[in-house]
Amino acid sequence: MPKIVTDVGCPYCGASCDDLEILVSDDGKKILEVYNACAIGNEVFHHASSPDRLKRPRLRQPDGTYQEISYDEAVDYTAKVLLKAKKPLIYGFGSTNCEAMSAVGRVAEKSGAVLDNCASICHGPSFLAIFDNGYPSCTLGEVKNRADVVVFWGCNPMHAHPRHTSRYSIFPRGFFTEKGQRQRKMISIDPRETETAKLADIHLMVQQGHDYELFDAFRTVLRGHDIPDEVAGIRKEAILEAAGIMKNARFGMIFFGMGCTHTDGRNHNVDIAISLTRDLNTVAKYSIMAMRGHYNIAGPGQVWSWQFGFPYCIDLTKGTHAHMNPGETSSIDLAMRDEVDAFINIGTDAGAHFPIDAVKHLRKHPFITIDPNICMASEISDLHIPVAVVGVEEAGVVYRMDNVPIQFKKVVDPPEGVISDEQLFDRVYLRICELTETEPTWIPAKGHAKAPVTAGQ
Amino acid sequence: MATVTLTPYKTPELFLECTTITPDAFCGKAPQEIAELEVREGKTKLRMGDYFHVEGKAGKTPEETEIQILGDCTRVKYIGFKMTGGAITVNGNADMYVGGWMKGGKIHVTGNVHSFCGIAMEGGEILVDGKAENYVGCAYRGDWRGMRGGTIRIRGSAGNDIGTFMLGGTIIIEKNAFIHVSTHAEGGTIIIKGNVEGRVGGQMVKGDIYVLGEVQYMLPGFQKIEQVEKEVDGAKVKLDHYIGDLGERHPKSKGKEIYANLFVRAT
Ligand code: SF4
Repeated sequence: MPKIVTDVGCPYCGASCDDLEILVSDDGKKILEVYNACAIGNEVFHHASSPDRLKRPRLRQPDGTYQEISYDEAVDYTAKVLLKAKKPLIYGFGSTNCEAMSAVGRVAEKSGAVLDNCASICHGPSFLAIFDNGYPSCTLGEVKNRADVVVFWGCNPMHAHPRHTSRYSIFPRGFFTEKGQRQRKMISIDPRETETAKLADIHLMVQQGHDYELFDAFRTVLRGHDIPDEVAGIRKEAILEAAGIMKNARFGMIFFGMGCTHTDGRNHNVDIAISLTRDLNTVAKYSIMAMRGHYNIAGPGQVWSWQFGFPYCIDLTKGTHAHMNPGETSSIDLAMRDEVDAFINIGTDAGAHFPIDAVKHLRKHPFITIDPNICMASEISDLHIPVAVVGVEEAGVVYRMDNVPIQFKKVVDPPEGVISDEQLFDRVYLRICELTETEPTWIPAKGHAKAPVTAGQ
Repeated sequence: MATVTLTPYKTPELFLECTTITPDAFCGKAPQEIAELEVREGKTKLRMGDYFHVEGKAGKTPEETEIQILGDCTRVKYIGFKMTGGAITVNGNADMYVGGWMKGGKIHVTGNVHSFCGIAMEGGEILVDGKAENYVGCAYRGDWRGMRGGTIRIRGSAGNDIGTFMLGGTIIIEKNAFIHVSTHAEGGTIIIKGNVEGRVGGQMVKGDIYVLGEVQYMLPGFQKIEQVEKEVDGAKVKLDHYIGDLGERHPKSKGKEIYANLFVRAT
């Protein structure tokens, strides 16, 4: 009898839905049906069961073809590349669990690498704004139960986070929001008429790249000063109307996305959004949240901040301390300036997401991809190591976009012999220790499987 | 002043981090000792002498030491890092962090500099004959205490984030700047002699900005109050005087709010 697995987490977007139900074949090997997920989530689970999954690492041969090698050989190759490079870059982690992020910390520190995650090309600017100006945020549960004014600034959840509006922000009925959508005012600020903008009560079609001016206009009218007749392509009356709605909230929420972080000014757009949130808190209760893209891209920020004091762009080459300064230690800048001499792409696709010049520079040096699937990066790599799909074949902790940790489940077994990201990094770490003739240091929590057993225990 | 000359003879494969190219590190040392100072290329530790010929004589104190770099430093970071006195001349370009966290002395770069020139500077002088990239005289990430003193003069143009979180000192950009000038500043003076695209004085609390060209997009939080004539960097100019950022908090003195000032050449 096929069995249903309940409360399954979806390893796709930052909404990190954890209410999926999956129908699994009797032998526990195949996924038959996926319930509750959106179309994207559905696809993630079915794709994992596809018969043409890779089962062994592949190494590029002198004639340009790939040849299967063992995991031991792949581990050895990776360890040697990391040791040989003067400044290796390990980048990705959009789609893996916190256990792997923690394990890679040991590898990066030991090999003197730069450790970076996909935030570098998405919400990295939000981190900079948060460093500079704080982060008055809340959980999505609070949004569901309290928010009666919701602003989506430079983001389009209807496409990027399909269940965001139904699970958390617009449609659900909560404790103080028992009328659901009817009780909420929704404002969309976007240069395009997106699906989210169509759903909103008010759509301010801001001139592309002029969000900062519009934020400044909101702040200026909130302090009782006059503004010009038109700001960033929006009439003064429309700004005053939206400001009025925002002021009259019982609990207001500002969600922001790439429209703020990846137009001119970047971190400053988020920075002034945070200042606006602070201003609004003098007249109402307000909170702000980054629409993080992937289901656990908030994870490296949490794990590495705890390990190294910084969420991303962490330069560990100094050996004595971690150095972080995006603009210098960020993946794209490092690649464009030709400042790294080895690259590991893990749980993301730098081949698809990086500017072509950056990829060309990286390609001059050893290039390794760790990913369950064939992707653009894997096709230009020297070595491709397949791993288990987190959230489907491997359990683990993930952080949702509101930084709430959720334990994701394993639903089926990975293909025979395929290991997890965490196991892979632990093996690379051990191999580096062997090659450098040093003792591995595991500093896990007491009682953790990796804790060395000492006498008397 | 005693002069030490550094002649670069090899280009690093990646970038060289030379926190030791300062009068502070050189003073009291013989050329052979200076050649032994550590420089870094990624995780590899190297000697100054692996990349530069070192000649001449260092003074007893930083103030008495001058460093002449006879060649290009496009791939050299941290020249003049934390220096307290003396002088450095780079005959050519320099990479990031020129005069970063500098407290005193003089740096002259005859070419261009990359980003973070004069980051968190406290005193001294930086003169760049060419252009600068982003973050001239800015604060380190997350630090609300930016540039506190000293002077930076860029004869060419500069990118974005000039004087972010600035508290004191002067920055002069002789050509154009891109966006974000004096963002979050609570003091200091910035003079842009060319044009700026926009976001001049956003979230600014206190301090002065002079733009002698045009501001393409003014922030709505700045309001014109008067026209004045002032001397700016040695020349008399007629200026429109704006106050702002009216959207930001401002301290009060004798019951009146103190705003930041933006002066733009009157048309
Ligand atoms: S909204 Fe996102 S997390 Fe939820 S099911 Fe869809 S893709 Fe998965």
